Amino acid sequence: MKLTRIAPLGALIAAGALVLAGCASNEAGATDAAPSGGTSASALSGTINGIGSSAQGVAQQTWIAGIPTANPDLTINYDPQGSRAGRKSFISGAADFAGSDAALKDEELAGTFALCADGTAAIDLPVYISPIAIAYNVAGVSDLKLDASTIAGIFSGKITTWNDPKIVALNKGAALPSAAITVVHRSDDSGTTQNFTEYLAANAKDVWTAPSGQTFPYQVGDAAKGTSGVAEATKNAKNSITYIDESGAAGLSIAQLKVGDAFVKISATGAAAVVADSPLVAGRGANDLAIAINRTDTQANAWPLVLVSYIIACQQYQDAAKGALVSQYIQYVAGDAAQQSAASQAGSAPLSAELSAKVIAAAKTIK
Amino acid sequence: MTTKVTVRVGDRVFSTTTVVAGVVILATLAAVAIFLVIQSIPALLAPKGGLPNGATNFWQYVGPLVFGTVWAAFLALLFATPLSVGIALFISHYAPRRVSQTLGYIIDLLAAVPSVVFGLWGIVVLAPFVQPLYQWLGDNLGWIPLFAGPVSGTGRTILTAAIVLAVMVIPIMTAICREVFLQAPRLHEEAALALGATRWEMIRMAVLPFARSGIISAIMLGLGRALGETFAVAMVLSPAFIVKFAVLQAQNPNTIAANIALQFPEATGLSVNALVASGLVLFAVTLLVNVLARWIISRRAAFSGANG
Repeated sequence: MKLTRIAPLGALIAAGALVLAGCASNEAGATDAAPSGGTSASALSGTINGIGSSAQGVAQQTWIAGIPTANPDLTINYDPQGSRAGRKSFISGAADFAGSDAALKDEELAGTFALCADGTAAIDLPVYISPIAIAYNVAGVSDLKLDASTIAGIFSGKITTWNDPKIVALNKGAALPSAAITVVHRSDDSGTTQNFTEYLAANAKDVWTAPSGQTFPYQVGDAAKGTSGVAEATKNAKNSITYIDESGAAGLSIAQLKVGDAFVKISATGAAAVVADSPLVAGRGANDLAIAINRTDTQANAWPLVLVSYIIACQQYQDAAKGALVSQYIQYVAGDAAQQSAASQAGSAPLSAELSAKVIAAAKTIK
Repeated sequence: MTTKVTVRVGDRVFSTTTVVAGVVILATLAAVAIFLVIQSIPALLAPKGGLPNGATNFWQYVGPLVFGTVWAAFLALLFATPLSVGIALFISHYAPRRVSQTLGYIIDLLAAVPSVVFGLWGIVVLAPFVQPLYQWLGDNLGWIPLFAGPVSGTGRTILTAAIVLAVMVIPIMTAICREVFLQAPRLHEEAALALGATRWEMIRMAVLPFARSGIISAIMLGLGRALGETFAVAMVLSPAFIVKFAVLQAQNPNTIAANIALQFPEATGLSVNALVASGLVLFAVTLLVNVLARWIISRRAAFSGANG
């Protein structure tokens, strides 16, 4: 009789022990690119939480998984709820740092930040650069060349067929079908749409008359949810074209872009070169590295269709221990090893050497 | 004497527990409603130009969404109702016992599939599959306004979303209809058969009249699910901010729930209030549908398969 009473309890304890053992917090997905060396620090411990951009999501997971094994007590959590949610959470104090596709707006900077020491503000540090690709799915066409005004025409609905004279003029000799173009864009608000529309507004003002923003402004073609939704829709539809983060464009052909007088293929170095060539946003603190991307950059092999994602942190935290952890994390993330591992896992462009040095120097000032 | 005291205490505890449970549910519902109303007020009183999608006032913003919600749910029920009634009839009156049990089990399994999986199935399998059908419909029957072109290149239209919704709603409706059909009075059925009715005539005379309000309650339950379905529609539909009846085109009216799912992560300030206000409108529409269902069923309470 005693056994039948103890046995269920014992089974419950055993099952509970097995389940809890499986919930070890340092069990992240294994990545092949574990950085050797990198930012070596004496063993840090503690937990910091970040919320924000889903564009950075894969990169953040890679960085968290690659934290040097010298810091087994350091736990970093990143929740990709979206840039806006990230900034809101950081301002309210729910997150220790935010990931955001856009730097803090002036109104947000002027407000108070729950976690920052009185009198100090938050800073934006660029840590993730992603080229945006114009991907298409047209049978028989593998080397499409486009320029900004043609892209603007296609995505605003002014150019409707593949063999339109404007497209043919740029692609002499290509076998363009006479089929209608199926445009695919994002149905949800996104930083990719923001950067794409800013590029078109800067380079094709006469064709692209709508203001740039996170919502795609024209009612043309199909709308799909998320990078993966857009990729699926383009893969499954014939004669379709879309703009998409390069990391999601696997399986689709990517068009060449006219930059200056030459046609350029998409490249990580081109994207990083444009970012390195861009000035910082004026009127911000000395350590705030918000970048005003130079969309009309025409240097050789530049890829101006680019998205820059930031980590937003306090210049000085009320909790000094947290400040030290965030500072070390950002220095690690901006370092060469972490950037290379993000490039191989998430398809991003590594920060250029000078920008990386600037970010590390600014991160060192975080207390 | 002592036993009487024990029963009374237990009685009181039990009745208090049930009262508390009822009150908690009502309080939760009230709290949700109050939250919705408070958060919506800034959007309802919004100045011109504050609302997303360029709407000048709140009703202009939420109008296309309400239309999309009701239209998608209506199309879904159009597909689901005959199918569910047919499957339920087959299970209850035509199939041999073993087949009907297996079929019932499989239908219940369909109800357990998460809606995200249906969304994925919709994008990856259904949309490319139906796109050539839409092309054919648009080319040959395009003169009917319903099928007017230009046909979407990806097949991700409101018709596809309605098909996915129908697949999600069928298990619920079939389960209820099956229960109701099984409760049809045996004597009536046998009397009809004894008088020389065929199987179909017997069903028409003895089963369907009895089951009418049960079928309606199944429809209302399915409608409630279809009105509120979020993720499957958000993934499958290609939305735009319009009101139109054409079902084959690339720009489709969006549903309220899918719109909230898409816009909320990046919404700011007044947009958040507008989304919550649209949620309040959906709450009101669903409440209306349920009240209507209850009223229809209560008119035939004696025959309904549902309790009371």
